[in-house]
Amino acid sequence: MKTFKLSRVMRENLIGYSFIGVWIIGFIIFMAYPFIQSLIFSLSDVRILGSGIEVNFHGMTNFRRIFEIEEGFIFIEALNAFLREIVFQVPIIIVFSVLIAVLLNQNIKGRGFFRSIFFLPVIISSGPVINELITQGAGGANIFESYGFISIIENTLSPRLSDPIINIFSQIIIIFWFSGVQILIFLAGLQKVDRQIYEAARVDGAGPWESFWKITLPSLSSLVFVNVIYTVVLLSTFSENQVIIEIQRNMLRPNTGYGVASAMAWIYFIVVMGMLGLLTLLFIPKKQKEGGR
Amino acid sequence: MQNINLQTKKRIYKFFYGTNGTDALFSKLVIYLLLISIGFLYLYPMLYMLSNSLKSQSDIINPMVNWVPTAFYLGNYERSLVVLKYFPTLFRSLYITVLPAFIQTLITSFIGYGFAKFNFKFKKVWLVLVLMTFVIPAQVYMIPRFVMFFEFDLLYKPMAIILPAIFGQGVNSAIFVLIFYQFFRMIPQSINEAAEIDGANPYYIFFKIAVPLAVPAFITSFLFGMVWYWNETYITSLFLGSAYPNLQLRLANFVSEYQQIYASEQLMRLNEGVRLAATLLIILPMLIIYFIIQRWFVEGVEKTGVTGE
Repeated sequence: MKTFKLSRVMRENLIGYSFIGVWIIGFIIFMAYPFIQSLIFSLSDVRILGSGIEVNFHGMTNFRRIFEIEEGFIFIEALNAFLREIVFQVPIIIVFSVLIAVLLNQNIKGRGFFRSIFFLPVIISSGPVINELITQGAGGANIFESYGFISIIENTLSPRLSDPIINIFSQIIIIFWFSGVQILIFLAGLQKVDRQIYEAARVDGAGPWESFWKITLPSLSSLVFVNVIYTVVLLSTFSENQVIIEIQRNMLRPNTGYGVASAMAWIYFIVVMGMLGLLTLLFIPKKQKEGGR
Repeated sequence: MQNINLQTKKRIYKFFYGTNGTDALFSKLVIYLLLISIGFLYLYPMLYMLSNSLKSQSDIINPMVNWVPTAFYLGNYERSLVVLKYFPTLFRSLYITVLPAFIQTLITSFIGYGFAKFNFKFKKVWLVLVLMTFVIPAQVYMIPRFVMFFEFDLLYKPMAIILPAIFGQGVNSAIFVLIFYQFFRMIPQSINEAAEIDGANPYYIFFKIAVPLAVPAFITSFLFGMVWYWNETYITSLFLGSAYPNLQLRLANFVSEYQQIYASEQLMRLNEGVRLAATLLIILPMLIIYFIIQRWFVEGVEKTGVTGE
């Protein structure tokens, strides 16, 4: 009997791995190996020769060079701008998508219609398309400029603070365009909340304002985390992101090459992972506290 | 008199706050107003694109012409079609969109089923790694992948896009693995057990029982895969480049290509009308698909449990 049981466990292991085996092979070839290779590249002098590539280990030189050469300076500047933008954009996207999800969750006519409008950007927004829309002034710049909105901000705030804000308003529609998936995720979460809870709250004398803060928002708290992570990943992998463009450009520059580009990619990787880690720390303790109660 | 007063008061109260059961008219109005105005903001770039792409050069310069052009001018589209080499490129774009999306859907369903139905060693570790492949910025592994494809002579060929999809490492593959994982977990284990007692092997159960049950997840995954491959430009620009440009890359290089073709003709100056016409042509195929079957996109997100609980 015991041997039978053991073989059954073995069997299940074998079957399980036969299903996910193809993923593991792919993971090793296309993720793990390039990942380690990229670490080696970032610490080496990489040259493409006719016969193949030549990799000579030379320690932290590439990382040091980033802070010395002009290409490196441009990269650091792009990274800096990216971080400043993401700090503004993520909260805007999250608050906006909560708002839209709550509005769509009301008992209204034409819900399907509005829902498909808000999801439309997910279907069409690619790097070149968005780039083209921003440069041709369809990103929302002219709406806000025509009301003198931007000059007010320019005049009242210091340039360090006002630049990113103006930048955000000139692209506000495009920023909204990044919230399609998040809206649907919040909406799905809201629809799982039992309607009776709202009725019970109303009977107890809670107004819509109170039930929003006490019922709606807490029920979305775990989804906020999911959506924050999703948004950060979405923004950091968006192909018109200047940091990404700089890394790609430096791959083929004679002055920098694969080595320095890999070092830049690693800096970017560490920054993004640090950001995600920080956000996880920020959200996880809250969840545990709620569970303990 | 007092009675009437009370009644109007009640009516006003109901207008703003509603009564139990029915919603207040006032808040309804606010909701509609908000939805319509934000909806307009959303559609603004599309409307702007449509309106300006139909304007001739004189209409664009003319400050009196705002939304509606004086005449429907199709010259912008004609020139865009030429510069984008639209139809040959469209065919090529569809090839590197539909095929990888299709392969990716099949493979990730298989992988997701494995994660959902079997207990094997280190399952948690692998699942975490699946999640990591979504979160890690692609830049960190793209350069060695580029070098690898270069060494195996896969660069600038459609295979560079298709091969990772075959191994479940395509564009956003991790999300699809998780979608199928969630979906197959909802199917009761007892079905598997019953089939197993009848002598069916696990692969037979997967193809004959699980796959037919998961048709909605397959459709949603395929559609999203298609959209993401269509809009993907980082990987395509790196691995296919100018040797095998798809529509997105042609749009990215639109200005320089336009100037090459129409350099001598002063009247054919590049203006926003032409550029917006080109942009509209790029998004058109996905737009058409979305309008025909948008239900599958929107409801798919809700039904397949991407929500991550």
